[in-house]
Amino acid sequence: MSTTNYIGKPTSRVDGPAKVTGAATYAAEFHVPNMAYGWVVSSPIAKGRITKVHADEVLAIPGVLEVFSHENVPGLAWFDRNYKDDVAPGGSPFRPLHEDKIKFNQQPIALVVAETLELARYASSVLRIDYEEEAHETDIEAKRDEGFEPGRGKSGWMPPPPPRGNPDKAWEEAEHHIEHEYVHGAQHHNPMEMYGATVEWRGDKKLTVYDKTQGVVNVQNYLTKIFGLSKDDCRVINQYMGGGFGSGLRPQYSVFLAVLASLELKRSVRVTLTRQQMFSFGHRPHTLQYVKLGTNPDGTLAAIQHHALHETSQFEEYTENVVNWSGMLYQCENVKLGYQLAKLDVFTPQDMRAPGAATGSFALEVAMDEMAAAAGIDPIDFRIRNYAEEDQNAGKPFSSKRLRDCYHQGAAKFGWEKRNPQPRSMRKGNRLVGYGMAGGVWDATQKKAAAKATLTADGKLQVSSATADIGTGTYTIMTQIAAETLGLPLEAVTFKLGDTDMPEAPVQGGSWTAASVGSAVKSVCEAIGEKLLKLAQKMEGSPLKGASPDEVEFVNGQIRLSNNPNEAVVIRDVLQASGETRLETDTSATPNLLKQATHSMHSHNAVFVEVEVDEEFGTVHVTRVLNAVAAGRILNPKTARSQVLGSIVWGISMALMEETIMDHQFGRYMNHNYSEYHIPVQADINDIEVLFVEEEDDVVNPLGVKGVGEIGLLGVAAAITNAVYHATGKRVRDLPIYLDKLL
Amino acid sequence: MNPFTYSSATAVEDAVRDNASHEGAAYIGGGTNILDLMKENVARPTHLVGLNKLPLTAIEPTPEGGLRLGALATNADTAWNEEVKRRYPLLNQAILAGASPQLRNMATNGGNLMQRTRCYYFYDTATPCNKREPGSGCGAIGGFNRIHAILGASEQCIATHPSDMCIALAALAATVRVSGPNGERTIPFEDFHRLPGNTPERDNNLEPGELITGLDLPAKGFEKNFSYLKLRDRNSYAFALVSVAAALELDGDTIKDARLALGGVAHKPWRDQEAENLLKGQPATPETFARAAAKVVESAKGYGSNNFKIELARRAIVRALKQAAEGSQHASDVFLNSNP
Repeated sequence: MSTTNYIGKPTSRVDGPAKVTGAATYAAEFHVPNMAYGWVVSSPIAKGRITKVHADEVLAIPGVLEVFSHENVPGLAWFDRNYKDDVAPGGSPFRPLHEDKIKFNQQPIALVVAETLELARYASSVLRIDYEEEAHETDIEAKRDEGFEPGRGKSGWMPPPPPRGNPDKAWEEAEHHIEHEYVHGAQHHNPMEMYGATVEWRGDKKLTVYDKTQGVVNVQNYLTKIFGLSKDDCRVINQYMGGGFGSGLRPQYSVFLAVLASLELKRSVRVTLTRQQMFSFGHRPHTLQYVKLGTNPDGTLAAIQHHALHETSQFEEYTENVVNWSGMLYQCENVKLGYQLAKLDVFTPQDMRAPGAATGSFALEVAMDEMAAAAGIDPIDFRIRNYAEEDQNAGKPFSSKRLRDCYHQGAAKFGWEKRNPQPRSMRKGNRLVGYGMAGGVWDATQKKAAAKATLTADGKLQVSSATADIGTGTYTIMTQIAAETLGLPLEAVTFKLGDTDMPEAPVQGGSWTAASVGSAVKSVCEAIGEKLLKLAQKMEGSPLKGASPDEVEFVNGQIRLSNNPNEAVVIRDVLQASGETRLETDTSATPNLLKQATHSMHSHNAVFVEVEVDEEFGTVHVTRVLNAVAAGRILNPKTARSQVLGSIVWGISMALMEETIMDHQFGRYMNHNYSEYHIPVQADINDIEVLFVEEEDDVVNPLGVKGVGEIGLLGVAAAITNAVYHATGKRVRDLPIYLDKLL
Repeated sequence: MNPFTYSSATAVEDAVRDNASHEGAAYIGGGTNILDLMKENVARPTHLVGLNKLPLTAIEPTPEGGLRLGALATNADTAWNEEVKRRYPLLNQAILAGASPQLRNMATNGGNLMQRTRCYYFYDTATPCNKREPGSGCGAIGGFNRIHAILGASEQCIATHPSDMCIALAALAATVRVSGPNGERTIPFEDFHRLPGNTPERDNNLEPGELITGLDLPAKGFEKNFSYLKLRDRNSYAFALVSVAAALELDGDTIKDARLALGGVAHKPWRDQEAENLLKGQPATPETFARAAAKVVESAKGYGSNNFKIELARRAIVRALKQAAEGSQHASDVFLNSNP
């Protein structure tokens, strides 16, 4: 693909018109006949036992159909393994309405089903439930000394590598050294669209489930295992998603409850969560991190030590890679990394955009800034002096790494040279001005995925895969890849997703969809291409006779000889001449493990930030952000840029605003709504800019793509923290940087 | 949310009568707050009297040379009214510092006075709250109280009044016109809202069934030297941690008249006339402003996570008075007040 028609070209979202005109239907918007409505009752206490559900009182209200609770939920699957979804962490999964125990605040404890939504909501508000309350612990500070190393963890989690060198001695003997604790509280994903499921009862235990999820296959596996349904009888569909950010990787209790009610009542049921209930499940865990760094006289790192402790629930061991990056991002011979969990009476945390890395890179990159200041070295220069040419954790070279270019090109474009290294040295009126930078690293992953393609005689191509588009642009890039591979106009290609009747794809997460599903789409289109070529060669007087697949190319609706573009046949003519009405095939793409095993595959970035801080009030204004990203081939600069812009906004949010506040008196999150859980508004966002440093990489996957869903977030909060220090001389080590921390 | 009935009134007397004839009735204007409260099961009216057809949307001069703001004029229409912009730019600034454009387009002037605190505990029926359930206790005292009151709070309640508009109305010494089962009356703005004391469930001094029909602004608008300064966690759609409405009348460098009111710090818009008296007759200098600021926070008390507000309020008062003295703010200059 040296020259391309679609790949690498800025392309508007193919699903954009449907979304802005309202034609796109979301899970809780499907209307099916004779639907009943479920309303979830959430626990008002953090821990205890339900002694009585006074269901009879609300069942007396005309129009109330049923109250489901642990008291009447029928026998479902018995074993824990049936409740383990495809991305569940270790431990015993939470089973809604399974027992009288309350394990976390806002736990779903009953579902009231009624003829109308309003009635279900009213009935749930008057449903009396008696409790025996028990003492809870929701404060990680109380569990500082009770951290433990997790067992197996979840798929994709790697325990920290063993120590290398002599990190304690090296730190003690370093010319300069620092040690500090870094903290952030819990954060919730807060996508715009609330979780919800519409379950259509098609008779005889046959269901169509419209569910908000990042993986229809995962939801189907989960439901069929628990409810004993066959896959044919449990079709799961989710074509559009109003944001996910990881909150939809695991099946949500709303879909469990809707299916339960549908099967029991033998009718269609919809269950949607409220905004408040969006704070009742997975979240980025409250994390305490301790970092020790030391430098040699030449400014190289003598030692890196990074330890993290974060919360998990009492029943599952949620794991994410927090500290491993610190052994990989910089060259250092003496490294010690530690990772522990503490069990609290909360729901299990959940992957949230760049899980672990967003947390770890905040601590490491602020510590790097502190270390650079202590050693009297410019922060960029410091990073370049410690540039890792290979992944020391794995002992492997990188498949590609242009982080150095991110530093250089980013700094040049940002105007880093105007920075006076002295804190509090730059100002505009009442405001102190600061420049800060930081960076990060994320995995480039490919998973097995499948796709199906159908080319019809009118020259239209439909490609499908049971993946998701959580707003990232999947529809668009898959359309581009298919059009590119078969040389068809973009308008002739339709990509479909989010239906378990389609070929299987992994959950959309980890920034792996472009690589995984993209490779499958490329592969299935190549298979169609081979079929076309064979048919073309059968045509009378075909100029392609005897040509092998790699001697032809698909361009402008034609198949032509690569070395003689004038020798061509029109694709539509091939189909018509063959008498075939359609060509159809499916295939799956798997990572080339042999090729990949010898390399470490990652995306990188460097973020540059300018802040202005009111000297008297401590209000922080992020006036400029430049994010330089090296993430392999960029399939669609327009949607990729949007993803990174979104990440920058998210990083501003993480640095200055976002925190789910737990009142430990009640073991309950108190700011559980959009009004009080702050994320930036338009007025908070000023100049934000994305710079892609393109990399060529033929190891990661056939497309050379690394994915951009998460890398853009890394380093943003740290760069803001570092810029605030540069502006004010005050080092904030616990996020968010509320103005009171700078007074 | 409880089942409820609804009626729509076209005349003030009908609205008042309709309200009185339903036990547990409430008025609804723009509905930007009461609907939230109903959905959260905090407000449980049995009947709603719709007000939007009442002829109370006008903004017109009063015989005394002031301006009357209809209770049903929207916050947006009020802020952008030419007379408000020209004569009462402080009010324009305060309104535009509040909520979001969408909310201001719906919210009415009467409703703005009637909005309830955004205390987390008040909104969450799983926690105690003396304002919501008298006698149940206060979750915020001893809990997370970063957004709570530092002035005039009680052992029963440390909630704050959330309005921005009302802070300007307090500084401008507006008058509230009300109509109720016992006829019409007026209430000076400072006497409209209450401190929590032992009855935090009462936000204001309206008698049962009384309806706000309008707000009268006096002739004096402090249109030359004013400032509305709002400090908050994000630049829009966030309630004030501390806000200051400052208005000065200057004779050369000498302060002839002064008004000072604070938001985000108390159960009501906090106007401090003692501090105003410390400004009057004094030179408009940082020292004068600092004395007034010290006076305002003299009796302030923090509850843990909101301790910072005391110092923040002191600094904000000084800055707002300085901005007012410089005459550096202008009507609709929203970014100045949101980005101090």
